[in-house]
Amino acid sequence: MFPPRSQRILLAVLAASALLSAFSGRLNPYFLDVALGAGISVVLASSLNLINGFTGQFSLGHAGFMAVGAYASAMLTTTLAPRLGLSANLLQWGFFPLSLVAGGLLAALAGIAVGAPSLRLKGDYLAIVTLGFGEIIKVVLQNVDAVGASRGLTGIPSHTNLFWVFGSAAVTVYVVWGLLNSTYGRGFLAVADDEVAAEAMGLNTTRYKITAFVVGAFFAGVAGGLYAHLKGYLNPGGFSFDKSIEIVVMVILGGMGRHSGVVVAALLLTVLTESLRQTGAFRMIVYSVLLIVLMLTRPQGLFVWPLWSKKEGRP
Amino acid sequence: MTEFLQQVLNGVSLGAIYALIALGYTMVYGVLRFINFAHSDVFMLGAFVGWAAVERLHLPTRSFGGGLAALALAMAVCAILGVVIEKLAYKPLRNRSTLTVLITAIGVSLLIQNVSQNPTIGFGPNPRAFPELFPARQIHLGGLTVSTNQIVVLAVTVVLLAVLYWIVHRTKTGTAMRALSFNATAASLVGINNDRIISFTFALGSALAGAGGVLYATNYPSIDPLMGTLPGLKAFVAAVLGGIGNLPGAALGGLLIGLVETFVSGTRLSTFRDAIAFAILIAILLFRPAGLLGKLKVEKV
Repeated sequence: MFPPRSQRILLAVLAASALLSAFSGRLNPYFLDVALGAGISVVLASSLNLINGFTGQFSLGHAGFMAVGAYASAMLTTTLAPRLGLSANLLQWGFFPLSLVAGGLLAALAGIAVGAPSLRLKGDYLAIVTLGFGEIIKVVLQNVDAVGASRGLTGIPSHTNLFWVFGSAAVTVYVVWGLLNSTYGRGFLAVADDEVAAEAMGLNTTRYKITAFVVGAFFAGVAGGLYAHLKGYLNPGGFSFDKSIEIVVMVILGGMGRHSGVVVAALLLTVLTESLRQTGAFRMIVYSVLLIVLMLTRPQGLFVWPLWSKKEGRP
Repeated sequence: MTEFLQQVLNGVSLGAIYALIALGYTMVYGVLRFINFAHSDVFMLGAFVGWAAVERLHLPTRSFGGGLAALALAMAVCAILGVVIEKLAYKPLRNRSTLTVLITAIGVSLLIQNVSQNPTIGFGPNPRAFPELFPARQIHLGGLTVSTNQIVVLAVTVVLLAVLYWIVHRTKTGTAMRALSFNATAASLVGINNDRIISFTFALGSALAGAGGVLYATNYPSIDPLMGTLPGLKAFVAAVLGGIGNLPGAALGGLLIGLVETFVSGTRLSTFRDAIAFAILIAILLFRPAGLLGKLKVEKV
């Protein structure tokens, strides 16, 4: 059952992002760029949280799903959109969201493709399969001439704005939250807690895992579309293993299976990455040390307090 | 036919290197049940030790003695490194969830890569030329061309595999390793020091990876801090293909992956070379998740 409060919050965030978006012309462009990047990170981290956190699977291929969505939506707006002769407004407010959804659907299809063979695999095997899948996507993109092969895809119109980014982020968090608080969604937690017991209770654990992959991949695809229309340029190398790790770190830092912690971690890490940009080569060293120390000392995540977990209904 | 044999030869010499790396993955998996992601970076560091042995320690190049000395040095350094990684990062995590250990391993891997890539404290991101450790000559046998490097790779691999077989099956430590991978609790009950055996396993696996790194670099003489990632992943696929935890399986898997990759390189699909290993991985997990030589374990509740 969805408490109406969550819907009110969703509407409030949507309205706020629409309002902010209207004034985005007055914002510092650098600040705007970081804010948009942070919003996309929230979409990515929250959707990965459904797979890695709540369902207890371990996917290392989120960048692959993101790449599918990014290329799909970018191909739509660069090749199909000019032929339709739509007005600029209609492109940004009508065609663009459709292309995002299309990218998400294609990524979801990829999610089925990964989820189906991985159904019997656990833990580290699944991690490697998803990693391998991400690499396959990258290699394929590097070889398909229609999407620019390894030269990359250029000339993508910049449709991404604050409304679409934060709107998508709000919808993602809302859907993941709502899904987990529904009767059906409790099954995800059951799969994470004890797969054998869940199966014994009559849950179709395989279906749950695939559903998690499909929903997670869909939003990763949407995030990819947003990313494509923010940067205006796509390169297969940008969707490598490192990108997947970045998203995984956000989920771990926020605490796997926590809604608010992961959102905070996604925002914080994007801003932190941006402010560490001056230190250049030392940035990734800090990142990896952070990951190790966190696992050794606080594997449940940084932003987890008893108070929060009670509210979120996860024991 | 000559071309076919030539490809088989090239494939086997590449596969031998994959086999060396795969053995490390499979041994660590055998005793600790997790994928040591940092293994591919130990492989990379092995290549860099080989490079440093010539450039910094001035070992003679183009000689078998110097080459073997560099190889031994790389193996020793990597063995120590493997033990250090295990003690610092993995030992505090015994009895924690697989996921925690896996994430830590990814963290260690990223740390090694990024420290190595750092120009001030590491090697810097640019590729370096790897010196000619062994005298490189081409030998023509009928229509086949065999390079001395390929012969070195095959000879060293065969020797190392024989030594490994001897350690695992004929020594007390090796017996303890097998006991540990069979049942860790029972092993400690009969007086095996699990921590020591785990460290030994890491040393052994890392030494093989170090040797693999030097041999790989002699055949592909350009080394950089990220060179370990792809061979490492392919070697892992090889370990899964053969049946993870199974030593002959890892060797067989390595050879098969090397062969398939070489044959794919010879066709029009050559640019998809790097994706083939993963396609094999997905196929094997679908149809025979225990691997070619592995036994399927039934999960008991």
